[in-house]
Amino acid sequence: MKINQLGRLAIGAVSAIAVAAAAMGVAQAQQKAAGRGVFTIVIDGSSTVYPISEAAGEGFQAQQGGRVRVTVAESGTGGGFRKFCRGETHVQDASRPITASEMTACANSGVRYIEIPIAFDALSVVVHPSNPVTSITVDELKKIWAPEAQGRINNWRQVNPSFPNLPLSLYGAGTASGTFDYFTEAVNGKAKASRTDYTPSEDDNILVQGVAGEPGAMGYFGMSYYLENTSRVRALGISYNGKPAVLPSPAAVENASYVPLARPIFIYVNVAALSRPPVAQFVSYYLTNAPTLVRQAKYVPLPAAAYQTGLQRIQRKSAGTAFGGKNDIGASISEVLSRPLVLTPVT
Amino acid sequence: MVTETRAAEPFAPPPGLAIRKFWDLSFVFWGVLATGIALVVLVALIVGLFQDASGKMTMDFFLKFPASTAEDAGILSAWVGSILVIITTALIAIPVGVMAGVYLEEYAPKNAITDVIEVTVNNLAGVPSIIYGLLGLGLFVYGLGQTSSLFGQTILTAGLTLALLILPVIIVTARESVRSVPRGIREAALSVGATKWQATSHHVLPYAIPGIVTGVIIGLSRALGETAPLIVIGVPTFVAFLPFVAPSDVGQTIYDSEGNEIVVNTADMLMSWLPWAPDGQGWLSQSFTTMPIQMFNWTSRPEPEFLRNAAAAGIVLLIITLLMNGTAIWLRYQMRKNIKW
Repeated sequence: MKINQLGRLAIGAVSAIAVAAAAMGVAQAQQKAAGRGVFTIVIDGSSTVYPISEAAGEGFQAQQGGRVRVTVAESGTGGGFRKFCRGETHVQDASRPITASEMTACANSGVRYIEIPIAFDALSVVVHPSNPVTSITVDELKKIWAPEAQGRINNWRQVNPSFPNLPLSLYGAGTASGTFDYFTEAVNGKAKASRTDYTPSEDDNILVQGVAGEPGAMGYFGMSYYLENTSRVRALGISYNGKPAVLPSPAAVENASYVPLARPIFIYVNVAALSRPPVAQFVSYYLTNAPTLVRQAKYVPLPAAAYQTGLQRIQRKSAGTAFGGKNDIGASISEVLSRPLVLTPVT
Repeated sequence: MVTETRAAEPFAPPPGLAIRKFWDLSFVFWGVLATGIALVVLVALIVGLFQDASGKMTMDFFLKFPASTAEDAGILSAWVGSILVIITTALIAIPVGVMAGVYLEEYAPKNAITDVIEVTVNNLAGVPSIIYGLLGLGLFVYGLGQTSSLFGQTILTAGLTLALLILPVIIVTARESVRSVPRGIREAALSVGATKWQATSHHVLPYAIPGIVTGVIIGLSRALGETAPLIVIGVPTFVAFLPFVAPSDVGQTIYDSEGNEIVVNTADMLMSWLPWAPDGQGWLSQSFTTMPIQMFNWTSRPEPEFLRNAAAAGIVLLIITLLMNGTAIWLRYQMRKNIKW
C-alpha cells in the first residue's frame, strides 16, 4: 500500500542519516591530518583590499592550472585579523596597519606575520557638479565633520563666508568600514570621532547617488568610486597645512602631494604558512604582478622599490610591523619601508 | 426569492443598511488596493531586474567562475555551492524537523515542559538569521572546526547552520499539519488495534504531508536566499573552483592540503564526488560560495557593470526558487489526490 511505503521510506531515510552521522563522528577521530585534498590558500580581511586579492587569486589559479585553490573572503580588516591571529587564514587583507591589541592576539597564539604595503588607497571628497566650491582645506573639513558640528553646521556659508548659501547635506562611510576610521582620523584627528547626523552607507553607490541628487550635498568615499563616476559628482581639491589645494588623481597620490587623504593598504602573510610552497609562490606572484593588479582594481600602485622590499621581506621572512600598533597619517611610503619591524606594540 | 419578498413589502429598508453596504464595498476597495500595491511592487522589481540584467543571461554566465572583471565573471561556483548547501540543509532539517513536530503533537505529554518547548520553538522562528550565523561560527567553525576538516568554512557548516535556521519553521508547520488531521482518523485506526506508531505512520503522516511540504519549501526558499549567517561564518566570496575533482584532472600534479606535490589518482577523483571521504576529500568538507553572497559582493563594487551581473544572478536565484516552489506545489497536488476521507 502506498501509505505503508511512505512510512518505510521515512524510517529508511532517517536511519540512513543516523548511520551517516555516526560514521562522521567515528571518522572525526583520525581527521584533521588531512592529506590528499587540494591545497587552498585562504585569504580574508578588508573589503577595500578584496578586489586586488581577488585579481591575484584569479591570476595565480590560472597560472597554476588547478594545482592549487585560492579563496578570498571579506570579513573586514578587524574580522579578518581575528581569524588571521588564530592561524585560520594564510593571508590577511588590511586597509590599515595592525593594531596593538591585534599584535597581542597574534603574539599570544604564536602567529608571526610579514607586513607588505600593496597599494595606495585615496579618498575623495565630492560635491554636486553644480556646486561652485572647487577646493577645501582640511580645517574646513574638520569644521564640517567634527562631532561638535552635529546639528550646528547646516549651511556651506557657516564653513567659509565665500562658500554659497546652500543647505549642507552629508554622505559618508558606514561606521564599520575602514574608510570611516581612516577619514575620521585624517580629518578629525581621532579614529571614529565624527558627527553622526549624516547619511552613512557601506555601499559607495548609494553615496554617489545621494551626492549626485542634491545641490548642497558633500560626501567622501574611495577614489576608485569617484573615478568611475566623474560625470555624476565632482571632487574637491584638498589643501593641507596651508599648501595649495590638490585634486585627487593617481599621480598626486604617488608623489605624496595628495595628503592626508591617501593611505597605503596592506597584506599580512603568516610566516608559518610561507613554508608551504604554494603560499610562498602565491605571495611572490602577488608582489611581482602588483602594479597590474592594483591598477586593474582602480587603486594607485606603490613605487617599484616598495614591491622589491616586499619580496625581500618574503625571502628573508622578516616578521613584524613598521607601525608599532598605531596608525600613521601622511607618512611617505619610503620612510615607512625603512623603519625597523616589531612584533610587540610600541607604547 | 428573499429579495423579491422584501421588495414586495411596503416597508423602508432596515436602519443603517446603507452604511453597512458602504463598509462592505470600502473593504473590497482597500483589499484590491492592498493586493495591487503588492503586485505592482513585485512586477516593478522583476521588470527592473530583467532590464538591469539585459544581455547578461547567457550560457557563459552560468559556466564561468567569478572574476575581477565584470565581463568575465560568472556564477558557476555560486549556483553549484547554493545547490549543494540546500541539499545538505534539506537532508538535515527535514527529518529532524518533521520528527520533532510529530513527536510534539502526537506523543509528547501535555505538561509545563512541552508548553515551554512550544513557546521556545515559536520564538526561535522569529530570531534574526544573523544570530544563527553567530551560533554556527561559534559551534561549527571555532568549536568543531578544531577537530575535523568537515567543519570550518565548509559546505557542511553552512548546511547545518541554515538547517538550524529553518528547523523552527519546519517544526511549527509540521505540528500544524498533523493537528489538522481529524481526530476520527486516529481513533478509527486505534480502535481496530493499530499501535500509535501505525496510526501515525499509516494515516496521520500521509494526510499531513501536503501541509508539511509547504512548510519545508518556505524554509528551504528562505535558506536559499540567506546571506547574513553565511557572511558571519566567513564564507568566502571569491571561489573559482568546484568542490569536485574533474575526471580530466586525473594524472595531474597538485599541491595537497599540506602543500606537498602529489599526483591525482582515480580514487581521489571518485572520492571528491562523495559527500564524505577520508582525508577531507568529500564535497561536504570543501570551500564554496553561494548566489546571495556573490550578488552581495557584486552590488558593492564600484564598476556599474557588476550591478548587471548582480541583477542576472538575482534572476537565476528567482528561477531556482520558483522551480523549488513549483515542484512543491506539484508534489502537494499529487499527494492530495491520494487522500480519500
